[in-house]
Amino acid sequence: MTELPNARTLRRSALFERWSLLGLVAPALLLITVTMLLPVGWLFYLSLLSDAGEFSLEHYQRMWEHPSYARTFWTTFQVSFLTTAICIVLGYPLSYFLSEIPKRAANLCMIAVLLPLWTSLLVRTYAWLVLLQRRGLVNNWGIELGLWEEPLALVHNLAGTLIGTVHVMLPFLVLPLYSAMRAIDRNYLRAAANLGASPLRSFWLVFFPLAMPGLVTGALIVFILCLGFYVTPAVLGGGKVIMVSSRIANDIEIFFNWGAASALGVVLLVLTVLLVLAAGRLVRMDGVLGGGGSK
Amino acid sequence: MSWLRSPATETQITHGGRLWLYVVAIMVMVLLVLPTLLVIPMSFSASQYLEFPPRQWSLRWYESYFNSASWMQATATSLKAGLMTAVFSTPLATMAAYGLHVSRSSHAKWLTMLLLAPMVVPVILIGIGVFYSYVKLKLVNSMLGLVLAHSMLAVPVVMLVVGSALRTYDMDQERVARSLGASPLRAFLLVTLPQIKFSVVTGAVLAFLTSFDEIIVSLFVSGGPNSTLTRNMFNALRDQVDPTIAAISTLIIAVTSLLLVFTQFAGRKKES
Amino acid sequence: MSNASLPISIAQVTKRYGPMYALDHVDLEIRSGEFLTLLGPSGSGKTTLLTVLAGFTRPDGGSLKFGDAEMITVPPHKRNVGMVFQNYALFPHMSVADNVGFPLKLRGVGTAEIAQRAERALDMVRLGGYGKRGIDQLSGGQRQRVALARAMVFEPRIMLMDEPLSALDKQLREHMQIELRQLHDKLGMTTVYVTHDQREALTMSDRIAVINSGRIMQLDTPRALYERPKNRFVAEFIGESTFLPVLVSGGRVHLGDQVLQTAEPAKTDGPQLVMLRPERLRLLGEGEVADDAFNTLDATLVATVYQGDSSLFQAALPDGTLLSVRGGTAGAIAPGAKLRIAVHCKDTVLLAPEAPA
Repeated sequence: MTELPNARTLRRSALFERWSLLGLVAPALLLITVTMLLPVGWLFYLSLLSDAGEFSLEHYQRMWEHPSYARTFWTTFQVSFLTTAICIVLGYPLSYFLSEIPKRAANLCMIAVLLPLWTSLLVRTYAWLVLLQRRGLVNNWGIELGLWEEPLALVHNLAGTLIGTVHVMLPFLVLPLYSAMRAIDRNYLRAAANLGASPLRSFWLVFFPLAMPGLVTGALIVFILCLGFYVTPAVLGGGKVIMVSSRIANDIEIFFNWGAASALGVVLLVLTVLLVLAAGRLVRMDGVLGGGGSK
Repeated sequence: MSWLRSPATETQITHGGRLWLYVVAIMVMVLLVLPTLLVIPMSFSASQYLEFPPRQWSLRWYESYFNSASWMQATATSLKAGLMTAVFSTPLATMAAYGLHVSRSSHAKWLTMLLLAPMVVPVILIGIGVFYSYVKLKLVNSMLGLVLAHSMLAVPVVMLVVGSALRTYDMDQERVARSLGASPLRAFLLVTLPQIKFSVVTGAVLAFLTSFDEIIVSLFVSGGPNSTLTRNMFNALRDQVDPTIAAISTLIIAVTSLLLVFTQFAGRKKES
Repeated sequence: MSNASLPISIAQVTKRYGPMYALDHVDLEIRSGEFLTLLGPSGSGKTTLLTVLAGFTRPDGGSLKFGDAEMITVPPHKRNVGMVFQNYALFPHMSVADNVGFPLKLRGVGTAEIAQRAERALDMVRLGGYGKRGIDQLSGGQRQRVALARAMVFEPRIMLMDEPLSALDKQLREHMQIELRQLHDKLGMTTVYVTHDQREALTMSDRIAVINSGRIMQLDTPRALYERPKNRFVAEFIGESTFLPVLVSGGRVHLGDQVLQTAEPAKTDGPQLVMLRPERLRLLGEGEVADDAFNTLDATLVATVYQGDSSLFQAALPDGTLLSVRGGTAGAIAPGAKLRIAVHCKDTVLLAPEAPA
């Protein structure tokens, strides 16, 4: 088979174009590789070195055997789970409300969701610290209104941690959920009513399943973010609520135990990646099943 | 009150019938916004216990902030790092977003995921990893090291914003420009960039905020004269509730809000 | 070869996407100053061929010459062709004058001269004085003309147009067809025009290349394509057509017992198709006889379709073959009535046998 005229030149030209486009990506890629991939890779390597510097799985073994690690993981999952659950309880009605009011009003109300999202995390954490402390606003008003007599311990414990974490994570649930709810064609509900479903049933049988992908996405984002969350639990938990991230930080800052910290970090990363992949698959499946409805 | 009896949904539920929904939603919105806003009046409280409403109004915490050499230096560091991060990461991320958008290569998808990875990898891990590498490279407590690390965290943010703008942009315009005689670079600069510039600016603002508000990596990697504002605030928070932080927080809220309003405003002007 | 235009020479241009040929070894010679239309259905490859000419699609192989210069590897911005896109693609962040002056600015022309030439180009598309307006203040037809002015202002010797009128309403479209053709005649550049609308192609073109599945089915003048289609695709795509299966043996065309006279003598034997245009068929009245140059067919009326300006009569031949005759609307004919249909031998076109798939 004879080759077409100019075929070779054209092929070369196509290759050149492809590489020059990827060349635009190169600087950013270099930055990410040098400042993230290599360091994290190095941590992988460290996690497999014993304190004496030889290849060993002792750090991972210790995680499996030591009960304190089990406690740390349990606390982490506990906080993540509870945070996600509370976010759903508070966020679902809000998202539903936002999806029902006219678009302009909803955009205005979205400020209430977006502003905390972009306000400094420290500022938000600090705000709760001040509000929840023994002589803070919440306690003062509670006692003044006669709701309780002794100041409640609302910080440096699980309760305070949850309050702060929920406050930070709520926008991450509301945004995808609202977006999914907005996209549901209200004609489906009309059809259900026409076919004889009561408002409650049409919500449960039609609206709720259609909004499910948004809910799952939001919940997974919140859960994954909670797993690795450091700042707010560290401040509001006051050293009593030790999550995986605090443990890693302590291992470095206090004990200089790079092996243990790296191993723990690797486990956290693997967990995160697995959950992200699972989320990716779930969202794709729902796309196949046509969950979103039409605009 | 007749509004309460008017139907709100396709299923003929009245507004009155779901008043509870409105109440709950408004309560949640208040809950989201109020705690942060309460810091503002509390920062003007004369008492060390930050009362609300303040019994006595005073600017003492602001004075304490502006008179403190360490707080001022930390603020300067954070501002410098933020600006340099925005300046460094925005062109890098914009180029990458553009290259990936136009490329028909099968590798584009993997490269995109790789460049978005800093958002997925737990920040604590990035923090200690960067710390470890910087110890070896002698970049700890340096502005250069800080800006590099912050830029790495900002690149995904800018890429998402610019990438989204490119997806709604009509690439035919660039093709037309090239058919009229513009080289690919000139076509981008003269035709595409002016039309996505609001997204690029928004990306730059978010890059600045990403760096300015960044806590964990800064905790490990900045220090000494190059200690960031967030690092100092975090350490202060862990020790005791320093009321000066209320003043700093108020200023941060003000600056952040202004920047965000500016990006929204600029974006809306384009649409009109 | 005048100074205002260049001939285009396309040889063996091929573009594949996987197993599918978007362009299949296309050969096409376009004359200098000609208005050539690429006509075909969606997915036929006509737009692909245009983008190859513009430089936006890199073919797998082939040769492309503008005049004597090989262009196949030249990037789009160096080809110096004017192009009008389907969606106009005007720059929204520039005024009308800045849009039109853009190619001149790229070529380093002075500001004063840019303003002058832009205004002249706008005059030519009858938008003189619109320079200061913003793009969003223009109607669809006006935007189309600005896009045209912008593509013309740097006096390209080749103009490419990708379905530029498809977004306009019918009246405006017909008006613009005439305007575009007049502009072409005035400026004299070689124009390659892509459309799927056969009427548009027939109205505007010097020659038409009918394209399907990446191949040119026929390249001819509008009249030749209409009156002498070479194959079934072209016959069906252009104008209305109705087909009669015939058997050719010994050089004679047999329709059942009848022998038909065709526009051109048959070259090969075997089963083939005869194409008739419904408007070229005539119903003979009682006792009317057509002369020897006509073929007369006996048929039975199946149905009449009233279409306002004319009626379509659907008739069946004795062997069951259906054909359509276009006629007047005065007087009704009952279904089942016997008809005699006359068609001139020049309008009886024998189509080439289909190539085996």
